[in-house]
Amino acid sequence: MNVSYKWLSEYLNLDSITPEELAEKLSRTGIEVEDVTIPQEGLKKIVVGHALSVVDHPDSDHLHICQVDIGEEEPSQIVCGAPNIAAGQKIIVALPGSRITGNKKIKKSKMRGEVSNGMVCSLEELGYSDKVIPKKYADGIYVLPEDAVPGEEVFSYLAMDDAILDLSVTANRADALSMRGVAHEVAAVYDLEPSFKEVVLTEDSTDKVEDYMSVSVEDTTDAPIYTIRVIKDIKVKESPMWLQTKLMNAGIRPLNNIVDITNYILLEYGQPLHAFDYDQLNSKEILVRRAKENEELVTLDEEERTLTSNNIVITDGQKPVALAGVMGGLDSHITDDTVTVALEAALFEPISVRKTAKELNLRSESSSRFEKGINLATLQQASEHAAALMAELGEGTVVSGVASVDTAEVKDSVVKTTLGKINRSLGTAISAEEIEKIFHQLGFGVTISNEEVTVVVPPRRWDIHIEADLIEEVARIYGYDRLPSTLPTTESLPGGLTTKQRLVRHTRRFLEDAGLAQAISYVLTTPEKASRFMMRESDMTQLEMPMSEERSTLRMNLISGLLDDVQYNLSHNNQHAALYETGRVFYKDPTQTLPIEEEHLAGVITGSLGEKDWQGEGEEVDFYVLKGILGELMTTYGLVGEVEYQQDTNRSDMHPGRTATILLNGEEIGFIGQIHPVTAKELDINETYAFELNLDAIVQAEKEATVYRGIPKYPGMTRDVALLVDDTVTNQQIVDVILEKGGKYLKHVRLFDLYQGEHIAPGKKSMAYTLAYLNPEATLQEEEVTKAFEEVKEAIVTQLNAEIR
Amino acid sequence: MEIKTKLESLQTEALNEIQAANDLKTLDHVRVLYLGKKGSITEVLRGMKDLDPTERPVIGALANVVRDAIQAALDEQKETLEAEAIRQALLEETIDVTLPGKKVAKGQSHVLTQIMEEIEDLFMTMGYQVIEGPEVEEDNYNFERMNLPKDHPARDMQDTFYITDEVLLRTHTSPVQARTMDKHDFSKGPLKMVSPGKVYRRDSDDATHSHQFNQIEGLVIAEEVSMADLKGTLNVFAKKLFGADREIRLRPSYFPFTEPSVEIDVSCFKCGGQGCNVCKHTGWIEILGGGMVHPNVLEMSGIDSSRYSGFAFGLGPERVAMLKYGIDDIRHFYQNDLRFLNQFKVKE
Repeated sequence: MNVSYKWLSEYLNLDSITPEELAEKLSRTGIEVEDVTIPQEGLKKIVVGHALSVVDHPDSDHLHICQVDIGEEEPSQIVCGAPNIAAGQKIIVALPGSRITGNKKIKKSKMRGEVSNGMVCSLEELGYSDKVIPKKYADGIYVLPEDAVPGEEVFSYLAMDDAILDLSVTANRADALSMRGVAHEVAAVYDLEPSFKEVVLTEDSTDKVEDYMSVSVEDTTDAPIYTIRVIKDIKVKESPMWLQTKLMNAGIRPLNNIVDITNYILLEYGQPLHAFDYDQLNSKEILVRRAKENEELVTLDEEERTLTSNNIVITDGQKPVALAGVMGGLDSHITDDTVTVALEAALFEPISVRKTAKELNLRSESSSRFEKGINLATLQQASEHAAALMAELGEGTVVSGVASVDTAEVKDSVVKTTLGKINRSLGTAISAEEIEKIFHQLGFGVTISNEEVTVVVPPRRWDIHIEADLIEEVARIYGYDRLPSTLPTTESLPGGLTTKQRLVRHTRRFLEDAGLAQAISYVLTTPEKASRFMMRESDMTQLEMPMSEERSTLRMNLISGLLDDVQYNLSHNNQHAALYETGRVFYKDPTQTLPIEEEHLAGVITGSLGEKDWQGEGEEVDFYVLKGILGELMTTYGLVGEVEYQQDTNRSDMHPGRTATILLNGEEIGFIGQIHPVTAKELDINETYAFELNLDAIVQAEKEATVYRGIPKYPGMTRDVALLVDDTVTNQQIVDVILEKGGKYLKHVRLFDLYQGEHIAPGKKSMAYTLAYLNPEATLQEEEVTKAFEEVKEAIVTQLNAEIR
Repeated sequence: MEIKTKLESLQTEALNEIQAANDLKTLDHVRVLYLGKKGSITEVLRGMKDLDPTERPVIGALANVVRDAIQAALDEQKETLEAEAIRQALLEETIDVTLPGKKVAKGQSHVLTQIMEEIEDLFMTMGYQVIEGPEVEEDNYNFERMNLPKDHPARDMQDTFYITDEVLLRTHTSPVQARTMDKHDFSKGPLKMVSPGKVYRRDSDDATHSHQFNQIEGLVIAEEVSMADLKGTLNVFAKKLFGADREIRLRPSYFPFTEPSVEIDVSCFKCGGQGCNVCKHTGWIEILGGGMVHPNVLEMSGIDSSRYSGFAFGLGPERVAMLKYGIDDIRHFYQNDLRFLNQFKVKE
């Protein structure tokens, strides 16, 4: 809402308050002022000119040479290209040395050989938005009223010397969507008394509204109040400057006197009005009802609208002529030929207006006010004021009486609280006198007896219903700066993280220490990316109305997002990336309203880990680098039971020879491997390794508490064995045999060499292990170890067809 | 007396040679030459047996003096030469200490995580629980339980991604509060919680808008909680997060789920309140929203609003990060450009 400081001054004495002070005060007490602008700021030496003569430029097909009286002894010659310039007009002249909008300096110049002492301006050149410039002047210069005095600055003629406060009005304070509402608010915060001029409406008692119109409402919940006044014999023409400038400063384009008056009243009272051309209605009856399915109406914007029963319509008894509270129909709108106006002032049901405006994408100043509420106390007054202005500015006559349906009861509301409740809620000790004064300032009735505070709230503050609303009024007028600053004194339970939150934090720190950076990706993605790398079957969860395919589906894996990141970095010249992400994936559960949200962890790694430096290359990453990181992380979880990596040749989008499913005690909890080269190519990334883990499964899994084991008092022994085995024999198989046959003193098996190539037969590989033995109770005997070791070797040879080297 | 002279001249000779020895090998050679089994001094001492018995003690004493002197000189020179040898060796081992060290691969938390954890940690020390909830929510919890019935005009404040008519991506973390209030047993104590997490709005992504962002909200519900408590709590918060000199101010605002509602400004941490580009020359930065929990919200969770009251507040980590670090484009947070991520390694 753009509020004119000058207009506001018509209701309040603001002599000692500057616009900036007013803005600050309003912002601090309830209505945020986003900005204060003075339209003339930045403009200078722009004056009224009188075009004495206008002749065509001899060397141009569109320029004119004008002799302009600018209040000096001699006329000044100005060359102007506007099509609408004519002798006799009062025009806007930017003198040499002036500044127009955009800080543009105007100089004396020559145009095709003719001297031009400045420039004749359009409103756009003074900084007006083309949304508010009257259509008539949209493509040319602006013409000032005839009584404008040549040589005077134009700013006061255009009300550009006003200050405009841009109020950001919250949904609950729709009472401040009108000049009168703002005046009450300013009065409250400064303890002033607003005064509004009485409107005198003269009606033609010989002519009665009943002879023109009757109104009825099918369902009064849709339109609790519906009224029509008739103004006859009017002349539709341009509005006077005071009205046009008020509208333009409020951001509304002037159209003609009748429409301008409805907009002016909307701004003053917050009461939307609609003016019909009575003769075009061609009916003496108005019926307000719900639209029939597929009923049609061509609205003012010349769009054909197909209606539904959600829409309230105004009809001429037969067909719709307007969408209630949203937009009028094209057939009955005010034109230059209108002579009789049917003026509607009504109250429409907010939800239906909201739905209609939303469905048809027709949000307007009117609809938003009906949605948020209007002041019922001034509905009739607004209609009278508008009728009086139409009679005055349109030189017409107001027909006596109002055709109306009025079922709404307009009354003050009474809300009660106590002094104790106010002070307890705010943490203050405000006296009864001060609270009484605050409500008086607000213009509310108040009585305080003992503890009890009874407040009588006028209809213009329909937002106040409950105790908490009264407390807010006290707080904002009393001043938030004056509230004490304390901490809650209640007893407290210990704060903290859940087991899961701690585990997630631990996981992050671990991976960061291992060289991975945390990424946070978008949860919404394409259906294809959402359903890649999945760890279980699920349907997709998709938005009803996505803004794009790119952000249409909830992810069911984290790797896809990380691969997007890898691609992004690669395309920005960084082929090394080590990233991880923790976050939710979303599986559809047909038996539940909401999807299952599972906490996952994923990591990706490509290029090298660490930088190439003067001592050599960083570590080229491969499966085992990533597995090493993940394996150590899993160790730190202290999981009870066995973690297995099982070759997985069937996981889509993963390399069939380089992927493992990760099992915890036989249950799948994740996977690790290389992204399938075909997929990688499709995604435009290099060789990349990834893992994804179901963190919820880790959280739920049993953990073992750390148990201290004494430092061994006796020395251990080691034995090394090198084997020649078939290529297909896995490390896991060998280790399993060693552990099974190792005897009670075998503590640890470590692979220390793997070799294929020269001196090794094709299809074979050499693997070498160190076996570590320890007896925590006594010194190991050489013979015990040798015996155990021999058994292991024999088992390997017989079970795995190995050859000891 | 011949032998005495010889001893004296041997001493002079030996001392000169010791002085002249400039490496350990030469020095050892000198030692052998004089004090070795076949050394000159040893020779002389061996000749003592031919001496007159009366001269023996005198010469013997002299010989000891000479031997000790030579030994002392040898020791001293050896020490000098050894020190020199070590000095030489060290000199040869000298490296360029300005060459870069071996780099350790080290990642870091996302800047948003850093900010959220900092806030979580602060409130945990004040006795708050960290509670998370679903990102896909029921309309009921996201809106209706937040005092935003269907077709309420304030729903426009939060353009929503719907999945069905009743299921949506949460537009704020407030539904976690409703879910927690439903379950909380007030006989065990007051409710103090913060809820961090992702939220979603139907917005086109550009430099200042993101369809996905984070929120962290706090809630306290107890028998005696006041607006002054909210002010005090946020004062502590502002000082911790933005510096000990920060002040806060409250301005009335509107949220459907709080009444009274306030916006909270923090004095500008760039200019200290003098006015600069960051605070748009106002000295203040709008950073939090909050207020006293609306009685309807309490009642809908079955909490007696005549007995219990509470305050709630919320803020956006993206906004905090953008202001704190001067980040100019919200999309940076979700692009995961390593040149962006790696800038937040320093723990403050």
